[in-house]
Amino acid sequence: MLESLAVLLLCQLLGELIVIATDWPIPGPVLGMAVLFAGLMIKGDIPQPLVQTANGLLAHLSLLFVPAGVGVMTHLTLLGNQWLPLTASLLVSTLLTIAVTGWVMQRLSGSGTDEGDVR
Amino acid sequence: MNDRVAALWVYLSATPLLHLTLTVCVFVLARRLYHRAGRNAWLNPVLVTVLFIVLFLVATGTPYQRYFEGAQFVHFLLGPATVALAVPLYRQWRLMARHPLALLVSITTGSLTALLSAVLVAKLAGAGNQTLVSLAPKSVTTPVAMGIAERLGGLPSLTAVLVILTGILGAAVGPWLLQRLRITNPMAQGLALGVASHGIGTGRAVYLSEVAAAFAGLAMGLNGLATAILLPLLWGWWVG
Repeated sequence: MLESLAVLLLCQLLGELIVIATDWPIPGPVLGMAVLFAGLMIKGDIPQPLVQTANGLLAHLSLLFVPAGVGVMTHLTLLGNQWLPLTASLLVSTLLTIAVTGWVMQRLSGSGTDEGDVR
Repeated sequence: MNDRVAALWVYLSATPLLHLTLTVCVFVLARRLYHRAGRNAWLNPVLVTVLFIVLFLVATGTPYQRYFEGAQFVHFLLGPATVALAVPLYRQWRLMARHPLALLVSITTGSLTALLSAVLVAKLAGAGNQTLVSLAPKSVTTPVAMGIAERLGGLPSLTAVLVILTGILGAAVGPWLLQRLRITNPMAQGLALGVASHGIGTGRAVYLSEVAAAFAGLAMGLNGLATAILLPLLWGWWVG
């Protein structure tokens, strides 16, 4: 448990250091995720304690968004001014993305209409 | 009596413990409400919790900075949790073996569609640059999206709310849209929901089929990586 938490923190730290050293505009933790992913690929499996720690953290992932999310209270004026572009963009872009991604994948992978149960 | 209550409030509102406790307790209650209401997408626990806490802070005249002093202990775990996303991604990676090229092309196309269409529509409707860059990663899983927005000068808290709304929207309308477009291949269905609506879309895909859920998870992870790489490049070109 403690070892795997150390691994996660080390990967994040490594990610942050690479970001600072290279000035690459990618978030440190995302690079940390890539580092851990590469490590798992090289190792060829996931150590059981790491699975447990990761599951523990990810089971309550959505709680971790709350403190930052509450920060919208500092941008209420912006939300008031730009609710129209934001709403339009969310609606159009989300529907378009679903349509395009689904269509391209269905085209490229053959029809395969009888796989799985579709509800 | 009133003086003692006031003195207690002065003490409580200054300790980080109050806002940390508030954050965890409200979330626990919001999650119960969500399960009680049959997992109604619009009662998303994060959205309900954020709304409630914002109302509470406004009502008590508490500045966000004071709240964050307590809530930062929760916030800090977001970094290690983002790194931990490598574990489910590694598990789903073997799915790539089935149709590597088709998956790569569809996820990249979907990723580009999501960020380009979001930015173009908002730009046409008159949004400014800071709003645009906060909006661009809206289809990516929240921790990654917030990191991207922050690195590019956006507002991570705005991004968090937009990402969750995108997830809810995709999960609510996605399956209907896929049916209308006759997209019946479960791999394509999962991919579409995962790329467009990250974890919330993946949660919805679980109810379509096991295949759809697995591919949604894969799509979510890869879309996060793709956007983290593509968006800074495109943004540099857009503002440069």
